[in-house]
Amino acid sequence: MKLPIYLDYQATTPVDPRVLDAMLPYFTQHFGNAASRNHRYGWEAEAAVEKAREEIAGLIGASSKEIVFTSGSTEAINLAMKGVAEMYGEKGRHIITSQAEHKAVLDTAKHLEKQGFEVTYLQPDKTGRVTLEAVAAAMRPDTILVALMWANNEVGTLNPVREIGALCHEKGVLFFTDATQAVGKIPVDVEADHVDLLCLSGHKVYGPKGVGILYVRRRNPRVRVVAQMDGGGHERGMRSGTLNVPSIVGLGAACRIASAEFEAEAKRASELRDHLQKRLTTELDEVYVNGNLEHRLPNCLNVSFAYVEGESLLMGISDVAVSSGSACTSASLEPSHVLRSMAVGDELAHSSIRFGIGRFTTREELDFAADQVIGAVRRLRELSPLYEMAKEGIDLKSVNWQGGH
Amino acid sequence: MAYSDKVLDHYNNPRNVGSLDKSSSDVGTGIVGAPECGDVMKLQIQVEGDRIVDAKFKTFGCGSAIASSSLATEWIKGKTLDEALAIQNTQIVQELSLPPVKIHCSVLAEDAIKSAVNDYKSKQAKEGQKS
Repeated sequence: MKLPIYLDYQATTPVDPRVLDAMLPYFTQHFGNAASRNHRYGWEAEAAVEKAREEIAGLIGASSKEIVFTSGSTEAINLAMKGVAEMYGEKGRHIITSQAEHKAVLDTAKHLEKQGFEVTYLQPDKTGRVTLEAVAAAMRPDTILVALMWANNEVGTLNPVREIGALCHEKGVLFFTDATQAVGKIPVDVEADHVDLLCLSGHKVYGPKGVGILYVRRRNPRVRVVAQMDGGGHERGMRSGTLNVPSIVGLGAACRIASAEFEAEAKRASELRDHLQKRLTTELDEVYVNGNLEHRLPNCLNVSFAYVEGESLLMGISDVAVSSGSACTSASLEPSHVLRSMAVGDELAHSSIRFGIGRFTTREELDFAADQVIGAVRRLRELSPLYEMAKEGIDLKSVNWQGGH
Repeated sequence: MAYSDKVLDHYNNPRNVGSLDKSSSDVGTGIVGAPECGDVMKLQIQVEGDRIVDAKFKTFGCGSAIASSSLATEWIKGKTLDEALAIQNTQIVQELSLPPVKIHCSVLAEDAIKSAVNDYKSKQAKEGQKS
């Protein structure tokens, strides 16, 4: 076993060796600029890019002409939201999103607010899911865009994308979904799911970092976005800049592999996830699973270990690479905004750990991780005054706490 | 985040973990912090005459919070109440090489000492009134 055991697949994934093999010739051999129209180097690069476009489109049920290459999801989110706001700002000034979105969406929404747009930040339910009813209730005649993630990056909860997409199409409102965590894990079909704009990122699907795409629907309706990067007019004028050919080839290969393998992979991941969840919840008391037990990613498990602070737990499991929603692991000293939006309670947010299971995770590794976590939680609870008080029957909510920040 | 060797040592081998009988008249208990802030320290002292003869702690918090309270118990054992009250959070910061983002952990440890001593003193004052 290679230590530390990597269980942070929502943060990033390693490049699949098959993806790397596909990429390598495009660094040194076929190094042409895909925009060079008058020699073989350029044609080879262009052909490779077009093949990748097909492979990516195939994974999400799109046409290759609807794929705009970007540097990743953050850029694609900026292009989608600012691009739509600028293009359709005359039609309306209202945007709907949720409090549980990634910071890239929330900060872009804040930016648009400063430009005079009005943004509704829906609160998800306690499982992190935004309901169709909440979206419907927030719709106004001047709503131009609904921006909701497909799968939450911290808790893995899936939004009812198909229903929300259908509602948006019925109302003539554009629907953008950040599918960074969903693509390659669950079925995604922009036609059946009524999606107008969608982003994904290479490094979450065993492709390279620094490459992603924005899907922009071309018909029913034809969606237009104002470019946020001026230059040579690449990507049908929506995103200028010389294409990152090796990474695009890598993203294409990653999507081709995902199309062929994701169903089997999802089944395997969910079995491992269930095994881990079962061990943690049966071998320890007061363990709470954050998120939705029905509508969730197959490879993500977010758990709060009551009375144990997340960062101290991470210190105790140094042979396991995971993330925590604890404030002490962030620069802001605020616990996870996602768990807060779900009204999990700050004390449980501080105690949360996210386990991400991936293509290369083995059951042996998972059991090793579970042993480490269970041991560390027990040890830290021996150290925890809160655990002691709870065991004495004191209601911690009734205590008048002094101090703290 | 990288931790100093001393923080790691206290985290891996915390000193004086446990609880003293909080109802005992020679024990002072300080509980500071709040669960929703991610830090709660309980520090207890047992006093004979003017001197702290035993100290115990339990902490819910990050590694630096655990180390700060562990160190605090180590330092106050054997000290007089006044000597314990004179301990400054900056000494803890220095000893553990805490980064700026963790200074609040040392503040909390200093508060815990003061709170335990005050609890002991108020218990003694009440005892005095009774007799």
